[in-house]
Amino acid sequence: MTRILKTDNAFLLGTIGLCSFLALWTLLSLSGLVPRLFLPSPVEVAGRFIHLLSHRFADGTLLDHLWASMLRFAGGFGLAVLIGVPLGLLMGWFRLLDDIVTPLFDAVRFIAPIAWVPFAALWFGTGIGGPIMIIFAGAFPPCLINAYRGAKFVDPRLIEAARMLGTPDLRMISEVLLPSAVPSIIAGLRISAGLGWQSLVGAELIVASTGIGYMMVQGQGNVSTTTVMSGMIGIGIIGLVIDIVLRGAETAILRRRGLAT
Amino acid sequence: MGAIRFDNVGRVYGGKQGSVEALKGVHLDIADKEFMAVVGPSGCGKTTCLRFVAGFDQPTSGTVSVDDVRVTSPGPDRAVVFQQFALMPWKTVRGNIELGLRNNGIARAERDDRIERILALMNLTSYADAFPHQLSGGMQQRVSIARAYVLDPDVLLMDEPFGALDAQTRVVMQEELVRLARRNPRTVMFITHAVEEAVYLADRVAVMARQPGRIKEILDIRSVREAERWDEHEKIEDVMDLESFVHLRTQIWRSLRQEKAMEIA
Repeated sequence: MTRILKTDNAFLLGTIGLCSFLALWTLLSLSGLVPRLFLPSPVEVAGRFIHLLSHRFADGTLLDHLWASMLRFAGGFGLAVLIGVPLGLLMGWFRLLDDIVTPLFDAVRFIAPIAWVPFAALWFGTGIGGPIMIIFAGAFPPCLINAYRGAKFVDPRLIEAARMLGTPDLRMISEVLLPSAVPSIIAGLRISAGLGWQSLVGAELIVASTGIGYMMVQGQGNVSTTTVMSGMIGIGIIGLVIDIVLRGAETAILRRRGLAT
Repeated sequence: MGAIRFDNVGRVYGGKQGSVEALKGVHLDIADKEFMAVVGPSGCGKTTCLRFVAGFDQPTSGTVSVDDVRVTSPGPDRAVVFQQFALMPWKTVRGNIELGLRNNGIARAERDDRIERILALMNLTSYADAFPHQLSGGMQQRVSIARAYVLDPDVLLMDEPFGALDAQTRVVMQEELVRLARRNPRTVMFITHAVEEAVYLADRVAVMARQPGRIKEILDIRSVREAERWDEHEKIEDVMDLESFVHLRTQIWRSLRQEKAMEIA
């Protein structure tokens, strides 16, 4: 038994964890302690999930809804990266900008993304713009913070070497701070993607007429708990895929520099 | 051009427990194209002196100037070779060497030409597209020297450049540096704590003392080297066997040892 539980059997342990969870869930739902409607069994949820892949519910299949959500996510997350990363790097190099932006940023970033829902709907509507703003609100802070930290923790010897070579400010940022901050930035993107994806679904539960969150609200309205759970599974899978992609990028970049094997 | 002058240079570090005088009344003149080695016990402020010339730090009293212009910031006219190489890990050998040339607005064709020449001179041609982490320490330091030399600087500042290398690599690099320096003379300020290295490489050796850091004495090596024809010996060990070499080395050791003795007493 001790041999099986060694840490290098991570995959096996993970499988054991997942199977135990599914077994417990099945037992609980079959035992009758909880009404079947409140807690459908894994088999029922899986069946509904597969059904929704090819059948429309709330104006689209599960894939249609996920696709609509992912487009919004790409918009909000992309905007957060395009603004947050350069701004963080600039703040890490120009003290003046740091002093101007940091107090404002520190005050705003503690506002939960969902708190922006009323204004997002008012300013940008409930179709595409509003949800994008909410994702942006969730995804932006980690992008900025990690780019900033990455820029601040560059090996000072590399900065001295670059200064000695006469490197101008903008090139210092693009060719020294940015590449050096890449591991920190990617770690930030992973947090950012997670928060952005969570914010999106939160926003869609409230405002939106398509998307995975909207599908779940419709499922709730029709007392179809299997639909809600199918949505949850879809969200989990997409979140996992996003993280795997970013992790892959991280490993590839570190390997290129000889920092990982 | 590239004459360095330390004029009554001092450096005081202020702290909560009072201030510490790291350097006091340093006078040092390094002539254009002269190779000056600076040796001294750790904590004597020899690296701080080099950083003043580089423009990374400023003295709290006195002035450091190059060609009678006071140094206020770093610049490619004063290239630095660091002990820990300080190569950009995300740039290839070529990319690292090219950065300084690009910063100085040198056109593509001339850049390529100068890079090819320095790569050949430093035996790096076949590693042009390698990344630093793929190279040994000795190779990385060659790249760092190439990066400095390619800028054709007036002054070359070397801060224990071979301190991180193993003994064999170190000897090879010392011989190469002598060849490079004789062929392509620059004003060099070379910080080291290895006495033999200083005597082998330098025209003059400045011995520093500590608490406070100051120049204790300056020995002329060049006149001895020329009188005794050291350069006729190709190998470092042959030079190190010469009586004149041993004599100078011993003289510097004595000077440093007095320092140690005072420290213990």
